[in-house]
Amino acid sequence: MSTKTVASVASSDLIGRAAIDAFKKLSPKTLAKNPVIFVTEVVAALVTLLFVRDLMTGNPVLFIGQITAWLWFTVLFANFAEAIAEGRGRAQADSLRTARTDTLAKRLLRADDRTLWSKGSALDLAVGDHVLVEAGDLIPGDGEIVEGIASVNEAAVTGESAPVIREAGGDRSGVTGGTTVLSDWIVVRITAAPGSSFLDRMIALVEGAERQKTPNEIALTILLVGLTLIFMIAVVTLSGLAAYSGAAVSVPILVALLVTLIPTTIGGLLSAIGIAGMDRLIRFNVMAMSGRAVEAAGDVDTLLLDKTGTITFGNRMAAEIIAMPGVAEAVAAEAALLASLSDDTAEGKSIVKLVAERYGVATPGTRPDGAAFIDFSAATRLSGVDIGARRIRKGAVDAVRRFVAKGRASVAEQPAFAQAVERIARSGGTPLGLAEDGRLLGVIHLKDVVKPDIKARFAELRRMGIRTVMVTGDNPVTAAAIASEAGVDDFIAEATPQDKLAYIRAEQAKGRLVAMCGDGTNDAPALAQADVGVAMQSGTQAAREAGNMVDLDSDPTKLIEIVGIGKQLLMTRGSLTTFSIANDVAKYFAIIPALFVTAIPELGVLNVMSLATPESAILSAVIFNALIIIGLIPLALRGVPYRAVDAASVLSRNLAVYGLGGLIVPFVGIKIIDMTIAALGLA
Amino acid sequence: MTFVGWLQIVLVFGLVLAAAAPLGAYMAKVYAGERTVLTPVLAPAERLLYRAAGVDPAREQGWLGYTLGMLVFNAAGFALLFSILRLQDILPLNPQGFGAVAPDLAFNTAVSFVTNTNWQNYSGESTLSHFSQMAGLTVQNFLSAATGLALAIAFVRAFSRSGATTVGHVFADITRSTLYILLPLALVTALVQVSLGTPQTLDGSVVLTTLEGGQQTLAMGPVASQIAIKQLGTNGGGFFNANAAHPFENPNALSNMLTIWQMLVVSTALVFAFGRLVGDRRQGRAILAVTGLLLVTAVGLCYLAESAGTPMLAAAGLDPAGGNMEGKEVRFGIAMSALFAAVTTGLSDGAVNAMHASFTPLGGMVPMVLIQLGEILPGGVGSGLYGMLVVAILAVFVAGLMVGRTPEYLGKKIEAKEVKMAMLAILVLPTAILGFSAVSAVIPAGLAGPGNGGPHGLSEILYAYSSAAGNNGSAFGSLSGNTPWYNTTLALAMLLGRFAFIVPVMAIAGSLVAKPKLAASSGTFPTHGPLFVGLLVGIILILGGLQFFPALALGPIAEHVQMQAGALY
Amino acid sequence: MTVSQRIETAAQTEGPSTLAAQVRPAVVLVAAFTLLLGIAYPLAVTGIAQAVFPAAANGSLVTRDGAVIGSALVGQTFTGPGYVHPRPSAAGAGYDGLASSGSNLAPTARTLADRITADVGTLRSGGITGLIPADAVTTSGSGLDPHISPDTALLQVPRIAKARRLPEAEVRAVVLGSVEGRLFGLIGEPRVNVLALNAALDDLKP
Repeated sequence: MSTKTVASVASSDLIGRAAIDAFKKLSPKTLAKNPVIFVTEVVAALVTLLFVRDLMTGNPVLFIGQITAWLWFTVLFANFAEAIAEGRGRAQADSLRTARTDTLAKRLLRADDRTLWSKGSALDLAVGDHVLVEAGDLIPGDGEIVEGIASVNEAAVTGESAPVIREAGGDRSGVTGGTTVLSDWIVVRITAAPGSSFLDRMIALVEGAERQKTPNEIALTILLVGLTLIFMIAVVTLSGLAAYSGAAVSVPILVALLVTLIPTTIGGLLSAIGIAGMDRLIRFNVMAMSGRAVEAAGDVDTLLLDKTGTITFGNRMAAEIIAMPGVAEAVAAEAALLASLSDDTAEGKSIVKLVAERYGVATPGTRPDGAAFIDFSAATRLSGVDIGARRIRKGAVDAVRRFVAKGRASVAEQPAFAQAVERIARSGGTPLGLAEDGRLLGVIHLKDVVKPDIKARFAELRRMGIRTVMVTGDNPVTAAAIASEAGVDDFIAEATPQDKLAYIRAEQAKGRLVAMCGDGTNDAPALAQADVGVAMQSGTQAAREAGNMVDLDSDPTKLIEIVGIGKQLLMTRGSLTTFSIANDVAKYFAIIPALFVTAIPELGVLNVMSLATPESAILSAVIFNALIIIGLIPLALRGVPYRAVDAASVLSRNLAVYGLGGLIVPFVGIKIIDMTIAALGLA
Repeated sequence: MTFVGWLQIVLVFGLVLAAAAPLGAYMAKVYAGERTVLTPVLAPAERLLYRAAGVDPAREQGWLGYTLGMLVFNAAGFALLFSILRLQDILPLNPQGFGAVAPDLAFNTAVSFVTNTNWQNYSGESTLSHFSQMAGLTVQNFLSAATGLALAIAFVRAFSRSGATTVGHVFADITRSTLYILLPLALVTALVQVSLGTPQTLDGSVVLTTLEGGQQTLAMGPVASQIAIKQLGTNGGGFFNANAAHPFENPNALSNMLTIWQMLVVSTALVFAFGRLVGDRRQGRAILAVTGLLLVTAVGLCYLAESAGTPMLAAAGLDPAGGNMEGKEVRFGIAMSALFAAVTTGLSDGAVNAMHASFTPLGGMVPMVLIQLGEILPGGVGSGLYGMLVVAILAVFVAGLMVGRTPEYLGKKIEAKEVKMAMLAILVLPTAILGFSAVSAVIPAGLAGPGNGGPHGLSEILYAYSSAAGNNGSAFGSLSGNTPWYNTTLALAMLLGRFAFIVPVMAIAGSLVAKPKLAASSGTFPTHGPLFVGLLVGIILILGGLQFFPALALGPIAEHVQMQAGALY
Repeated sequence: MTVSQRIETAAQTEGPSTLAAQVRPAVVLVAAFTLLLGIAYPLAVTGIAQAVFPAAANGSLVTRDGAVIGSALVGQTFTGPGYVHPRPSAAGAGYDGLASSGSNLAPTARTLADRITADVGTLRSGGITGLIPADAVTTSGSGLDPHISPDTALLQVPRIAKARRLPEAEVRAVVLGSVEGRLFGLIGEPRVNVLALNAALDDLKP
C-alpha cells in the first residue's frame, strides 16, 4: 500500500489521550448527541446525589457507592471508545494539516496572462481565481489546469511519491491543493474555496469532527432511543407495580435495572464504529464524500468495471507467434525480436520477452550493426528495423499487407495469413502482422491478459449477490471472449459514456444499486447517476465532483474492496446491536429475582445463576454492562470479520456468534463477576 | 395432557390451514379488484354503495387520505353506536325493556366495539336490547374488522407497489372487505351455528318450569348472526356475559371447533393473501411458520399448566388427572379450553370458552403474554398482519445490518423513517399497558377493581389493560371493570392501542410505497427461510418479553411460585 | 399476469385526501351498512334459521307432557336426592339463565379453597370415598354447564338408587346409557347431560 502504516488498534500514547478525552466528553452538550449514553449520564448524576445524601446522613454507602462508580464508568467507557476511534484518525489528520499551512499563491490578475500575478495567501483565494504554479510550488488549492503541463508530486494526499503528469484538457486536469509541482508550470483555475478544499474535507473526515451520522446510523439511533424509552417505561412503572406487591424498590436499584437494560453497549460503541469505518476507507486511500456513500457501497448489486487495468493488465502482451507455411518458427521469432528491439512500448517488450522464453532466441547484447530502427507512427502504423538490405516490419495487419504488396505486387497473399488473423481476432486478441521485405513471415498474437486471480474474485462477488459488468471499448467479439475468460456476468462492448449511463439507469430501474469508477469528464454523468461513483484522483475535476468517492491511488480494482468495507461497517453495527439486545435476557435473570426476593422469597427460583446476594447480583449486572463496552472496543474498531459469502451464510454465522453469543456470554460474565465480588466481600 | 386432546388441537389447525389457503387466494383477488365467483351477485350492491357515498374507487388515496378516511369512518361508527346504546330504551326491538346504557359504560362499549376490542363491561343478556346487539354491536363487529382488513391491505400494497403515491381507497377496501369476505362467511357460518344449536330468534326469553318445579328464565335472541361475525371478525364480544362458554353461544364440541376455526380463518387467509399480493408466497409461509411455532407452543404451555391442576385442588381430594376444571365446561374439557384461550389471545378476538381468571397462574399467563406480544399470532383480522409486519421490519432492520446491506424487507429499504414510525407504534403497548396498570396498582379507584387478593389481583389489572390496549377484549373476569375509572381508562387504552398504533403504521406504508422495489439477489437478507423464522420468533419474544417480564414476575410468576408453596389469599 | 402485477398497475390517480372529503362517504357508508348488516343480515339469518332449524333457533327446548322443562343445551339446578346433581354454578343463585357467569376465583383464592373443601366434605359425608372427579366440585365458565362427567354421574348412583328405591345396577345402566362419547371417538369430551339423564330417571319409575 502506501507510506502510511496501519496503526495497531491502539498505542499507549493514543490510550492516554483518549482517556483524557473520555472525561472531556462528559459535557452534557456533547453527550446529548448520543441519547442512550446521555440517559445513562443523567441517571448516574441522580444516583450520585442519592449517594451524597446517604454519605451525609450516615446510611451505608458501600453498595450505592459502587453502583454510582460503575454507572459513571459506563459513560466514561463509551466516551473512551469514541475518543480512541477519533484519536486514530487524528494522527493522520496532523500529517495532512502540515501540507495545508502557509501556502502562497500566485494569483493571476488576468486569467489569460500568466506573466502578471500578485503573491498572496492561499486562504484569500476565491473560487474562479486563476493561479500560476511553477516548479517547486505547492498548489494552493483544488482546481483544474487550464493551461500548461507539469509533473506533480501528490504524496501529500496519496502517500505515493512517484510524480504524476497533470495537464490542461483531457482526463488528467484535476489538481489537489497541498500537492507539489515538480517541473514545468501550470495555470490552475481554483474550484474549491479555502477551508472546503479536498484536503480540508479529508482532515475533517479523519478527525471525525464534521462527522455526519450516516443514514443507517440515524435509523439505528432511533431504534436505540425507542428501546431506551420502552425500558424507561418498564422501569418507571415497575415502582407502581412493585408497590402493589409490597416490594418497594429503591431508586438506585431501579436505575441499575434501567442502565443494564437500555442498549448501552451498542449506544456506546456506535460512533466509534462509524469513525473506524471511515478510517478503514481512508487507510485504504479512498475518500468518501459522505458516509452515505460508504453505506451505499455495502448495498451495491452491480459493479461496472473498466476492462483495462481492472480485469486485464493495462497492456496487451504477445502470446504466440504464428509462422506462415514455409517459414521456420525460429526465423519468424528472430524477425519479431529484431523488429521489437527498439520498441519501448509494453507490447514491444512483451514480444522480446516471449521470443526469449518461448523460442529460445537470445536478445543480442548489442544492437546489430547498421541497424536503422523505424519508430511507430500513426501514419504508417508500422514499426521495425532496417539492417542493411533487410527491411523487417511489424504492425497493424492491413498496414503490413500494404507494406508487402508494395515490395512485390505480384505475389498473392497466403490464405494461411488471413486464417491466422481471423482466428486471433475471434479469440479476442489483436493480430500483428510480421513481414520482411515482400514476404509475410507470420502473425504475432497480442492478447489482453486477464489478471490471474480476477476470476476467483468475481466468483466471490457472485456469491455475495453482486453482478460484475465489464466495460470496454473493444468490439463485441473481443469483449465476449475476454468476458468469458474473466468470468464477468455481462459486458458493455464499444462502450460510450452514453452506453454506461444507459446501462446504469436500466439496472437501477430493475431495482439494483450500481457502483462504477471513472476518471474522464465524459464519465461524469455516469458517475453521478451511479449509486456509488468512485472517481480516480488523477481524473478531471468534473469526474471528481460527480463521484461520491475519490480513490487517491487511482486504482479501479479497489471498487471491490470498497464494497467490502461498506458491508463490514453495516455488519459491525448490526452484530453489536444484536449482541446488545440479546444481553438483556441474562441481565433480567440477574436483577429481577434480586429486586423482589425480599418481598416474595419464592421468586428466588428465578435466580438461575445462583448469584450470591441481591446486592452482588445487581452490582454484577451493572459491572458486566460497563466492562463489555471496553471489551468490545477492539471489535468495534476492527469491524467484524468479513468474508465474501452469500447473505444467508453471513446471517447464520453472525446470528450464531452475536445473537446466541449475546445470550450466553453475559450469563457467564455476570456469574464470574458475582463470584469475584463475593470473594472480595464487596457486596 | 392426552393424546386425543392433542389430536383435536391438530385437527382444528389442519382445518384452518385447509380453508385459509383457498380463502387467501380469493381475498387476494378481491383486493386486486379482480372478478370472483361472487362478483355477479355483489358488484351491483357494491356500485350502489359507491354511488350513494360518492366514492370513486379508481381515484385512490395517499396514506394520509386513507388514514383520515378510516378515522372519520370509525368516528361516525362510534357516534352511531354510542347513540344507539344511550337511546336503546326508546328504540325498537327491546322485548325485555332494558333502560338506556349509562354514559361511561356506553362510552366504554362503543369504543370497545369500534376498536375491535369488544371488552365487555356489560352483561349482554341483562343490559342490551336486540336492537343494540344487531344494529349496534353486530354492525361494528363487521366494520371494525373490515377496517382492520383495509388497513392491512393498504400496508401490503406499500410492499407490492414500486415508486407509487397511493395505497388504495379506504372506502373501497372497507366495502369490499365487508361485502365479499365477511358477509358471505358470516351468513354461511351463522346458519351452520344455528344448525348446531345456537338460537336465532327475535323473542326475548323463555320462562320454564323445571322437573323439580323450579323456574328458569332463558335469555335468547338473534345470537347466531351476532357471534358468527364476532368470531370471524376477531371481535369477541359475546351475546351473553359468559361469552363462548355459554351453551347457547357454543353448544357443543363441534360448534367449539367451528368457532375457533372462525376466529383463525380470516387472519390466516390474509397471510396467504399477503404472500400472493407481494408476489412471493414463501414470504407468507414464513410469517405463517412464525405464527404456528409460537401459537402451538403457547397452546402446549397452557394445556400443560391447566392439565397439571393446582396443589389446592389435589389437597382437597380431587383427581389430579382431571386438571383444573374451575371455570371450564365439561363439553370442552382442558384441551379445547387451552386451545381456545391461546387462539383468542394470539388473535385479538377475546372471546372465551373458559374463565381465564380461574386458570392456573401459568395457564393464565399464556393468554396474557400472547396479548402483550402484540396479538400477531396470527392476530386480529388485519391488525395482526400489519402488527406482525411492523415487528418483521424491526427484525429485518436489526439483523439485516448483519449481512452488510441497508436492510430491505420485500424489496423495500428500511430506513430512518420506517424505524422511527415502527418504534412509535411499538411504544404504544408498553405505554398503555404498563402505564395504566402502574397507576391502577396504587390509586384507590384502581385498587377497588381486583376481585382476588395476592399477586392475582395485580394480574387482573395487568390483564385488563393488556386486553384493552391490545384490542383483545378477554378478561380476568374477577376485575370489577364497570366503574368510571376503569370504563374511562380502559376505553383510553383501547383507543391508544388501536389508533395510536395505526397512524404510524400507515405512515410507514406511505413511506414504503414511494420507494422503488429492489430486486433480490443472493446478497439480500433472505426473509423466507427457517433462519428468518427463527430470527423473527426471537425478536418477538425478546421485544415482548423484555418489556413485560418484570410485571409478569410480580403477577402470574409470583402467584405460581407462591401457589406451589401453598399460599392462599 | 399475476395478482401482484395487477395490483401494481392498478389505477393510481390520487383522490381527495382532505378531512372534509371523507365525511360524506364515511357517514353514508356507516348508515348503509347499519341497514345491511344490522337489520337485513340478522333478519335474513333469523328467517332462514326459523324456517330450516326451528327447534335449534328457538333454544333447543325440551318438552315433557306438553310443558317446556328446559333447554337441552342449558343446565339447571337439581337438588333432590333422586336426581343427578349438576356442577356447582356461579350464575346468579345457580343456573340463572339471565346471569351467565363463572366464579372467576383465582386458583390461589381462599374463597375457592373453602368452597371446594366444603363441597368435598358434603360428598364425603354422603359416603363417597376416593378421588373426586375434577368437574364435580368446580364451577363451569358459564354457570350453565348442562353436563357433568360420566364419573361424576356414576358417583351419584348409590344416592339416586337409594332415594328412588331402585337397584343400583338399574340406575347405573341408565346413567351409562346416557353417556355421550366423543364424536368419531375424537371430538369433544365424554359427558352426561344432566337434564336428559334426570328425565330418563323419571321415565324409569314414575
